[in-house]
Amino acid sequence: MSGDLFSYIYQFADVFAFLVLSAAGLAIIFGMMGIINMAHGEFIMCGVYVTSATYHMGLPLVLAQACGTAAAGLVGVVLEYLVIRPLYARPLDSLLVTLGVSLIATQGTLVILGSTFPGIGTPLGSFDVGAYTFSTYRMVLFAAAIGVLGFVYVLFMRTGFGVQARATMQNAAMARALGVPTSRIYALSFGIGAALAGLCGALYAPTMNLIPTMGAGFIVEAFVTVVVGGASVLLGTAPAAAVLAIIRSGLNAWYGQVIGQIGLLIAVILIVRVLPSGFSGWLARRSAS
Amino acid sequence: MFQRLNGPQTLGNGRGFWIGALAVFAVAVAFPAVADPYDVGNFAYFLIWIFMALGLCLMWGYGGMLSFGQTFFFGLGGYGYGVIEINIGAAHGGSLAALVLAVSVAALAAAILGYFMIYGRIGGVFFGIVTLSTTLALAAFVGQTAGPEWTVGTARLNGFNGMQGMSPLQLPWFGRDIDLEESALYYFLLVLLAATYVGLRLLVNSRFGNVLVAIREDPQRAELLGYDVRRYQLVTFVIGSLLAGLSGALYTAWGQFITPSSIGLPAAAMPIVWVAFAGRSDLTATFVGTFVLLFAFQTITIYSEQSALVLMGLLLVATVLFAPRGLMVGVGQSLTRSFAKRGG
Repeated sequence: MSGDLFSYIYQFADVFAFLVLSAAGLAIIFGMMGIINMAHGEFIMCGVYVTSATYHMGLPLVLAQACGTAAAGLVGVVLEYLVIRPLYARPLDSLLVTLGVSLIATQGTLVILGSTFPGIGTPLGSFDVGAYTFSTYRMVLFAAAIGVLGFVYVLFMRTGFGVQARATMQNAAMARALGVPTSRIYALSFGIGAALAGLCGALYAPTMNLIPTMGAGFIVEAFVTVVVGGASVLLGTAPAAAVLAIIRSGLNAWYGQVIGQIGLLIAVILIVRVLPSGFSGWLARRSAS
Repeated sequence: MFQRLNGPQTLGNGRGFWIGALAVFAVAVAFPAVADPYDVGNFAYFLIWIFMALGLCLMWGYGGMLSFGQTFFFGLGGYGYGVIEINIGAAHGGSLAALVLAVSVAALAAAILGYFMIYGRIGGVFFGIVTLSTTLALAAFVGQTAGPEWTVGTARLNGFNGMQGMSPLQLPWFGRDIDLEESALYYFLLVLLAATYVGLRLLVNSRFGNVLVAIREDPQRAELLGYDVRRYQLVTFVIGSLLAGLSGALYTAWGQFITPSSIGLPAAAMPIVWVAFAGRSDLTATFVGTFVLLFAFQTITIYSEQSALVLMGLLLVATVLFAPRGLMVGVGQSLTRSFAKRGG
């Protein structure tokens, strides 16, 4: 395989992984409860910080990443219980509450930990294809993104929890009447969404500078992927991430990161004009008719 | 005229309210005579932000569109004023032309973005995240314009350090230009803000305002009654965003600099906090509540800006959980009720 061709595939895989990993947690929470978690970036930041802190305490990187994921998930469950639960009937208000939480988390972290935090060097080194050198860790990230999609598939399609969760998604009142503990399903879904955000942070921790406002660097991509994808992770987030990754990696290669982001946003606004309920709504309509 | 200012869409319609409002205005007019210039400049700074709060109140409270994009248009207005003013100069009405053009740029951007969102039927939570994404993308874009290649005419954008070197507003006055600084700027802002407030009250109590509130309550019913819902929403979005552009242009003229941190988070969250706390369903409550919060925020910022922002976040969470309609609206309604009881 020539280096140029592999380079395009590599860049596509890199952007695809970023979009899937940053959006999966947001999409699960949105799909389940219709809530957009504005503190999503701060859950990612939580994953990054806990990963780095436990890594520097001496844990191997993989265990530190597991700690980051678990910490974000626990914070998610607590937050759901304290402030999200009273607002399930008011999705716009939950947008506001999570925005408030996001402010508290970023600025509070700045107050407590200051503006810098020790980072982690990127592990695993590099490999060569043709004339180019590529980071091995980026390929691990791509594999992790595929792994997350597989995990979500198994969780929602092959487990008892998944059956109850899908029932709650389709008709919460009916599910409750049939004995599904919907509020526990909601709490668990929020926790899983937050944990996936934490996993995203944990995985990207070795590639970034650690600052409390770093969550803002993830949420634009996460938001637009969910806007284009719609309510389903498997039928929405995955195809949306694939399409957006083609657009984004092309723009990145020719015009740089910032133009890539702006182009991505413009593409999203144009796509939504044509497909108001996103890919998953469009796919659902096609399969229904 | 006076009748049209009052109506079901606003609190404070009686004689007592207007006497009180005139008294407040009179105090505001007299303020520079008794206060020192620093405080006058500071109050002028507070007035600047109220335009964008009123704009958000119109969109969100009356139109039901929760926009997180106020600082996007603020940034367009602010950078627009800087770029245009530096290129055409302040003399002979140049700075006023720059102000008008910068606000027009913001309005045009609002019309384009609003068209795609509203005619694409992006509603509810997605309206919020698309506007926020746009805002963050603009902040990221301006943040990377540090290099000398990022100049428009003779104006340099200057990345994170921010743009500077523009002149304050100048009012052409019989051959001699008046610099709008300190108390002159304060009076200019006071008159502009009073006019905006009165204009918005006329708007929301007009037929347009009634239709807008009907759309907020039930878009489908409004549509079935024959109203072009999306046109009303688009006009409202343009007016509300234009006011944010005005805030931005005035801010740049006031301080003669602007940085990308005025656009991105946490700046983008501030208008939401003000309007949610104050009570989005009423213009007067938004006006008063925003002023109170700006004053409190600045007082706390002297000790620690981060703590002030944490408090803003706590305030937003507490408002939504315990007083979802806003605190100032609650105060206004109980005042109205007690007046009505005494009168009746």
